[in-house]
Amino acid sequence: MVFLENFRIALAALRANLMRSMLTTLGIIIGVAAVIAVVSIVQGLQYTITQQLQGVGATFMMIQAKNERNFPGMVARQVKLTYEDGQAVEQKVPGVKMLTPTIFGRATVKYKDRKHTPFAIIGVNENWQDVQNQTVDQGRFFSKLDLENRHKVVVVGSKVVDELNLGPEPLGKEIYLDIYPATIIGIMEHKGQSLGMDADDLVFVPFDSALNLFGRNAGDQVQLRLQADNAESVEPVKDHITRLLRQRHRIPPAEPDDFQIQTQDEILNTVNTILGSITAVVGGVVGIALLVGGIGIMNIMLVSVTERTREIGVRKAVGARRQDVLIQFLIEAVTLSLIGGGIGLALGYGLGAMAAKMIPGFPAAHVPLWAVGLAIGFSAGVGIFFGIYPAAKASRLDPIEALRYE
Amino acid sequence: MAQINPQINPLIDLKDIHKVYEMGVEQVRALNGVDLAVQRGEYVAIMGSSGSGKSTLMNLVGCLDTPSSGSYVLNGVAVQELDDSQLAGIRNKEIGFVFQTFNLLARTDALHNVELPLIYAGLSRAERRERASRALEKVGLGARMHHQPNELSGGQRQRVAIARALVNDPSILLADEPTGNLDSATSEEIMALFDELHQAGNTVVLVTHEPDIAEHAWRKVLLKDGKVISDQPTARAESAGSAAAMAAAPVS
Repeated sequence: MVFLENFRIALAALRANLMRSMLTTLGIIIGVAAVIAVVSIVQGLQYTITQQLQGVGATFMMIQAKNERNFPGMVARQVKLTYEDGQAVEQKVPGVKMLTPTIFGRATVKYKDRKHTPFAIIGVNENWQDVQNQTVDQGRFFSKLDLENRHKVVVVGSKVVDELNLGPEPLGKEIYLDIYPATIIGIMEHKGQSLGMDADDLVFVPFDSALNLFGRNAGDQVQLRLQADNAESVEPVKDHITRLLRQRHRIPPAEPDDFQIQTQDEILNTVNTILGSITAVVGGVVGIALLVGGIGIMNIMLVSVTERTREIGVRKAVGARRQDVLIQFLIEAVTLSLIGGGIGLALGYGLGAMAAKMIPGFPAAHVPLWAVGLAIGFSAGVGIFFGIYPAAKASRLDPIEALRYE
Repeated sequence: MAQINPQINPLIDLKDIHKVYEMGVEQVRALNGVDLAVQRGEYVAIMGSSGSGKSTLMNLVGCLDTPSSGSYVLNGVAVQELDDSQLAGIRNKEIGFVFQTFNLLARTDALHNVELPLIYAGLSRAERRERASRALEKVGLGARMHHQPNELSGGQRQRVAIARALVNDPSILLADEPTGNLDSATSEEIMALFDELHQAGNTVVLVTHEPDIAEHAWRKVLLKDGKVISDQPTARAESAGSAAAMAAAPVS
C-alpha cells in the first residue's frame, strides 16, 4: 500500500521535472541501449551460426591447412593440403563415412549477354550434398560419373538463376564460367542470407573443373569436409587422420601439426568464444556508461532532496518515519533509472533491428530474455546504489530544520 | 502545579522541562524549567516574544524534538523515552500541526494534501479518500477538493492545512502563528474556525505573539527567557465564566 503510494509520488515528482528527469536518465538510456543493441546483434549471429552448424550434424568435420603467420620480411613455409590427402583419408581411415574436397574461388559466369560474379565458385565432389546436408531443389547434384568422366556440368544457387536471367526453365541451359562452358543440371535449395554471405549466390562445379578454372596451385589449398559414421567415432577418426596426415606431411614428432581438424563442437566453441569476448568488451563499456548514469542520478536526487527539504519536513511532521522518507526517495531514484532502462531497452532493440536490416545478409536481431532481465536488473541496481545516499540524507533531516528551510 | 481536578490526568503534562542547545562552545538554555499541564478540551494560547522559548516549547509539545531533561507525558505516554520512529507515530496519531506558512505540498490537490497523514497511518486508499473529503467539508472546502494550493487563496490554503491537521483525529491541534501570513479579515475567519473546532471538543494549542489573536483562546500562557511567567484565563474565559474554563484554569 505504502509502496504503491510511494511509486505514485515518485512518478508525480519525476513528471513535475520532466525535462530534468529525462536528461538525468540519459546515461542509463545510452548504457542500456548500447548493451541491448550489441547483445541483440551478437545473439542473432550466434543463433544463426549455431543453427547452420547444427544443420550439418554432430558428425561433421573439417580439415584445413594451418598456414604459419607471415611476419614482415619472413617467408613462411607454404603448407599444403591436397586432393591426394583427401583420398588417403577416405581410403585409409575407418569410420569416415564420406568426404568431399572443397576449393573456393571466384570467376564470372555468363549466359548470353548477362554477366554475374557470384559470391563463390565451389569445387566439390558428389558427396557435398550429404556431407553438408544441403540438397538440390530442381534437377540433380553431381554423380560419381560426372566427376570420373569430367562432364562439363554445374549446379547453381537460386540467385544466380535470377542474375543471369535464366528464366523458369534453367535446367539444361549452357552457361560460361570464364571461358569454360558448362550445362546446368541442378538448382540448389533456397538458403537465404547469413553472415554477410549469400548462400544462394553460389556456383558448384566438379572438383577437377574447379582446378582448371582456378589453376593447378589451387589444388594445394584444399579443404576436406567429411562426415564420420557416428558421434562416437568422431574422436577416433580425428586421431587417426592426425596420425595419417603427420606421416604424409613428414612432420617430426616434436613439431606441431601443419593442419587443423575442426569438429562441429570445436567450431561452435570458437564462434562462441569470439562472440563472448565481443559481449564482454561491450559489457565493460556499458559498465562505465551505467556508472556515469548512476552518478547523474545521485546528483539530481541530491538536488531534489535539497529542493524538497520543506516537503520532507511536512511529511515528518505529519508522521512519516525515517524509513518512509528513505523508501520514498529510493523508489524515486529506482523509478528514474528503471524508466531509463526501459527506454534504453526499446531503443537498443530498435537500433539492433535497424542495424541487422541495413547490413545485407545479417541475421535478424534477437534479444534473449536474460539480456532484458540483466538490463532491468542493472538499472534497478544502479538506482538503488546511487539513490541510497541521497535518500538516507533526506531521511536524516531534522524536521524542525526542514520546516524552517527557505 | 496543583490541579483543581486531580483525578483527571492532563492531556499534556510537562514537568520541569529543560532544553539546552550547544552552539559551539556556548550553551543556549532555550527552556529553563517549564511546567505546563493542558486538559483535554482546553484552548490555550502560548505567547512570548522571539527568543522566549515558545518555538522550542511548541516543537517539544509537537514531538518534533525531545527535552534535555524533565518529563513530558502526552495522553498517558512518556514521550521523552521514545525513539525517532515512535515519535513519528505519536505525531501521526496525537498531533495536528497548523503552520504559519501552511506547508502544503505544491502540485498536489487539496484532497491529496489532506490524505497525507493517513498514508503514514497505513489506511487504504478508499478510506483515506473518504476521511479526507469529510475533513475538507468540515472546514468548508468541500467544493475545492481537487484544487491545487496555487489555485487557492491564503485563507483557503490554511483551511486545507487545518483539514490535514484534523484528518487523523489527533488529541491536540497545534497551531504555530496560523494567521501570520493572512490579512485581518481572513485571520478572523480562521480564528472563527478554531473556535468552532474547540467547541466541537478539540484541544487547541495556539502559539502566537499577537495579543488579539491570543484572546480567542480561553487560557493564556506567557513565556519569557525559557520560563512560564504567567498562566491565566483570557478576558473571554472570565466573561464567559464557564465551568469548563474554571475547571481548566490552574490556581497560581
